[in-house]
Amino acid sequence: MKNIGLFLLFLGTVAPMAPAVEPITPFERQSPPTSSTGQIDTLVFGKLNQLGLQPAYPCSDAVFVRRVYLDVIGTLPTAEEASEFLSNTSPFKRGALIDQLLERDEFADYWGMKWCDLLRVKAEFPVNLWPKASMVYDRWIRDAIRNNKPYSEFARELLTASGSNFRDPPVNFCRSAGSHDPKALAKAVALTFMGEHAQNWPPEKLNNLAEFFSRIAFKGTGEWKEEIVLFNGFDQSNWNGTTATLPDGSKVKIDADKDPRAVFADWLVSSQNSPFAANAVNRVWYWLMGRGIVEEPDDMRPDNPPSNPELLAWLSKELVSSNYDMKHIYRLILNSNAYQLSCIPATNDPRAEANFAFHPLRRMEAEVLIDAIDQITGGKEAYSSITPEPYTFIPDNTRAIDLPDGSINSAFLELFGRPARDTGLLSERNDRPTAAQRLHLLNSDHIHNKIMQSAKLRSVLTSNPAPLQTAIQLYLTILSRYPTKDELEALRDYSQTSEAKGAQVWYDLAWALMNSSEFLYRH
Amino acid sequence: MSNPYFQNPTGRPWTRRSALKCGALATAAVLFENRLGFALPETPPPAPQAKAKAIIQIWLAGGPSHLDTFDPKPEAGYDYCGPFNKPIETNVKGIFINELLTELAKQADKYTIIHSMTHGNNSHETAAYMVQTGHDSSDRLVYPSIGAVVSLLKGYDAGYRGLVPPYIVLTEPLGRFSEDGFLGPKYKAFATGGNPTQQPFAVQGIVAQGISSHHQEQRRDLMHNLDLLGNAMKDDSAVAEFKKCEADAYDMILGEGAKIFDLTQEGNAMRQWYGMNTFGQSCLAARRLIERGVRFVTINFNGWDTHKQNFQAMRQKLPELDKGMAALLQDLTTRGLLDSTIVWCTGEFGRTPKIMWDEPWNGGRGHWGSAFSAVVAGGGFRGGQIVGATDARGEQVKERPVYPWDLIGSMYELLGIDPDGTFPPRYGDGTIRITQVATGDIKSGGRLKEIM
Repeated sequence: MKNIGLFLLFLGTVAPMAPAVEPITPFERQSPPTSSTGQIDTLVFGKLNQLGLQPAYPCSDAVFVRRVYLDVIGTLPTAEEASEFLSNTSPFKRGALIDQLLERDEFADYWGMKWCDLLRVKAEFPVNLWPKASMVYDRWIRDAIRNNKPYSEFARELLTASGSNFRDPPVNFCRSAGSHDPKALAKAVALTFMGEHAQNWPPEKLNNLAEFFSRIAFKGTGEWKEEIVLFNGFDQSNWNGTTATLPDGSKVKIDADKDPRAVFADWLVSSQNSPFAANAVNRVWYWLMGRGIVEEPDDMRPDNPPSNPELLAWLSKELVSSNYDMKHIYRLILNSNAYQLSCIPATNDPRAEANFAFHPLRRMEAEVLIDAIDQITGGKEAYSSITPEPYTFIPDNTRAIDLPDGSINSAFLELFGRPARDTGLLSERNDRPTAAQRLHLLNSDHIHNKIMQSAKLRSVLTSNPAPLQTAIQLYLTILSRYPTKDELEALRDYSQTSEAKGAQVWYDLAWALMNSSEFLYRH
Repeated sequence: MSNPYFQNPTGRPWTRRSALKCGALATAAVLFENRLGFALPETPPPAPQAKAKAIIQIWLAGGPSHLDTFDPKPEAGYDYCGPFNKPIETNVKGIFINELLTELAKQADKYTIIHSMTHGNNSHETAAYMVQTGHDSSDRLVYPSIGAVVSLLKGYDAGYRGLVPPYIVLTEPLGRFSEDGFLGPKYKAFATGGNPTQQPFAVQGIVAQGISSHHQEQRRDLMHNLDLLGNAMKDDSAVAEFKKCEADAYDMILGEGAKIFDLTQEGNAMRQWYGMNTFGQSCLAARRLIERGVRFVTINFNGWDTHKQNFQAMRQKLPELDKGMAALLQDLTTRGLLDSTIVWCTGEFGRTPKIMWDEPWNGGRGHWGSAFSAVVAGGGFRGGQIVGATDARGEQVKERPVYPWDLIGSMYELLGIDPDGTFPPRYGDGTIRITQVATGDIKSGGRLKEIM
């Protein structure tokens, strides 16, 4: 950088940069929320009130912009995006940003990744979709999300599709249970669409559900690793009855030439007794709020009740009455004041978390984290998989959230808890910190080289006329906010007393910010 | 790039949130768990008397030819043994190995060669899975590798107190074949990365090049001064957990951790003896780790998948294997460590006994799961023996078949782990077996009682 001594001169000019409302910390604000109060807020704050729990302050704009980018598009805001939002004075800017982000391409990438985790989109053992099928299945899922396909249709297609694993992507759902056993498929169906662990059901109930999936045939073709999934209507020998029992205990007559999967799908998406809608909204709530209304979100059962039953019922009703419009649910939640609370709790009451009295800290997901690091530094990763054959090589500049196959190798993603996509359980993703992760971020060549060889960071250093501007640019790029006066003073002290000289001060600043809990945690 | 070596307790298979209920700090990293005073409630299954404390696994990735290594067949003719038609006799009368393995020939009294390894599978991933886990691949469960099982039953939960993790891979991991399976990432190997022939051996995360300790300390202070969120939320359990992980990481960076991997402390003569190549220096690093109590070290030695030009590859690789492994066996013996350390050398399968002379193979060998060799030494295995036999051309096992679960079960037994026992109840309610049971098409030749 230029003369670090200049730094001192500029410190005096920091005060005017600070936001109009002086926050307690840069993370929260004391002014009342700007968005109007909807039904979610009535139900969440009503419950908090009833329990005598104080909610956290609303989050600051800086926290909001970062949070909503990470939650909706799994992508860090750029310095320009962050500063534009921060300087926008419209009282409606949060809602406007939410609408904008829901239309971004990365929305489908990021939420597609979450769905591909649940649906076990993986070429290799133990799911064994095989590479090409994994690719087309992944694209189909992301297209459905991009086009906001009604969730009921999405589920119905997955449950009832017939055809080739290469040409009819949703048939891969029936291939992803790791086995052709109808019971394995029934378990996958219960987990994916009902949020229930069917292995814990009474055996009779599981057998009944399995019966709906007992007439599927799987056939190879002349093409390597192609497989046809079809309703085996010709062979009626394995169809030992025309009456089947649905998970709610009701009986249904099924003609021998009718695919029982379709009968089940009808029940699933339209029955009053089906947990389909409640499971869907609960999972979205978990993804956005960090905790399910039923927790764990894919373990719904009578003895694991929701923390706020009215809230779950209301959201389910909204999903059904909007014709399964998932974006409607995202909007409701994202625009609520409940979503926009600060992460700093106002109470240490142990009930606060389950009742959404503050926004919980969560470490960035593995894929989001490496993408964020690459966005900041302009670096890139090479992704490939050489098992199974044929080999898969992912084009350069593909972001981790857009990887089409859970078998793609990446030591970083594994270290940071990417799910193996073996079971479809949400808990396969591990966002807890470990010492190994800290070692990697603090001290590995991988991260060190990304910072030191970054043309992008170098251009921040060389294109800004004054050290203060450089500091601001780095803060906006990495933390999506302006530096505080105290932080600038700490940096000045560092430039004067440490071994680091010249540009190294700035690289150390970038390193320090990228290793802060503020960077690594969604907050 | 670095790989995970520990993460959080997973509670029970596939779920981690149950572990959360133990409290946030209980879930800090394996490496440092001993210092947290956190012990898992379940006790391991009642154990046989342990003879071995540790295992060094030399993994010849890709599958080496058994004919060109430990099961030479000079009588089979040129189409089977190619140019290697003069096997040498070892220091044990009647045991012959490939003529390039001159140093190993002097150590044969220390090891036993199993000629009759078999599983019948010719695909890398399935074969490696079987040989690394001791389970057939037909089960829906994804089993952990033997290293991860040792890490579970002989690692921090069982009194291991080492600074470095109990399960280490030198230097690159083999993807899912060195994995934790349903045990969860806490029991995964720590892969060092880096190159042990270089100075320093830049073990990922632990040894950084070009940053002084003083500078490390200063920039750590800068980071702490700038950690606004962490400082504002000191009492939060997530922040406390994060800080704990960080403090533990710095113990490795600035503390003892780095010294363990400093091979210069061994002196040049010692390093030369092992061979100044990645495999040789990995063997030396493995010995240093075993000396410090590490339970399981895998040395991944790549390049044995010789579909093409097998013999050129062998001429390059066999001398490295020979020098490094022979030095390791001799050195462990001299230091009194071989009695308590199993050295185990194999790949996932053998290679087609009949050489493919045609284009495009030009003297290559394909995959061969019907018969292959393994070498075991130390830790309670007797040396100077041959187990089993293949037919005249090394194509089929002729006597005493040994399946992967027979061999791995034997090693578990020597380690004091009951191979017929089950994983602790938090994994599948106590019904999941440590090693494969022979059933239906899955056969067993029995454990290696003859050499134990």
